[in-house]
Amino acid sequence: MSDGLMQLLDPEAIVLGSDASTNEEIIRILAGRLEALGYVKSSYADAVVRREMTIPTGLPLERADNVAVPHTDPEHVLKPGIAMGTLKQPVTFANMEDPDEKLPVGFVFLLAINDRDKQIEALQSVMETIQNPQALDGLRSASNLDDVRAVLG
Amino acid sequence: MSKQKTILFACGTGIATSTAVNVAVTEAMKKRGLTFNAQQAKATEVPGLADSVDFIVATTPISASVTKPVIKGLAFLTGIGKDKVLDEIEAQLRK
Repeated sequence: MSDGLMQLLDPEAIVLGSDASTNEEIIRILAGRLEALGYVKSSYADAVVRREMTIPTGLPLERADNVAVPHTDPEHVLKPGIAMGTLKQPVTFANMEDPDEKLPVGFVFLLAINDRDKQIEALQSVMETIQNPQALDGLRSASNLDDVRAVLG
Repeated sequence: MSKQKTILFACGTGIATSTAVNVAVTEAMKKRGLTFNAQQAKATEVPGLADSVDFIVATTPISASVTKPVIKGLAFLTGIGKDKVLDEIEAQLRK
């Protein structure tokens, strides 16, 4: 569909069918991957978790499994990358636009962004994926990397 | 149209979300024959910048102290209700 996303989405940072039961748990799992792969500093995970509490990133898509795009300030990022997690059971994130509203989230795109001008294409392809119900359905049933590539290819 | 208007795009970090929204609005307005100056900022910076822009498109809540029009930009992330928001933005640009 869009090659921009696979460019920044590290195959080693894709977690499918996670058992995580809270938003913090899935953020820490994905942030751990990004840190191990050299995308972010060790301060990144705490910074994202803290930011999610005050400036949440849940996106209401009128589905049972919505999307969240946690991220934080560029000072915690070493190089641009994206981690993605799908959840076996949705976890709760607050709505970006209305933090009092809680959303069940089934897909998490954890963004490590440090240069907005160079990462526009990747951001756009994340948005395209989010806005494509078939792509999300495909990701939900993906059980391996080939399935993910077939959807995001 | 009178002088080119300035839109301030705001989100939590001023980098990720507001960039996606800025690009989406710029492309959509180009199709409608409209251009504008764009700025991006963190939501917390908006009260200090609002005086120098015409209106704000934000994906996160903005302080009630801001008196410039604030248009909700989440539709550009979710795709839901995008046309209606584009109409609102076009109306502000044509004012």
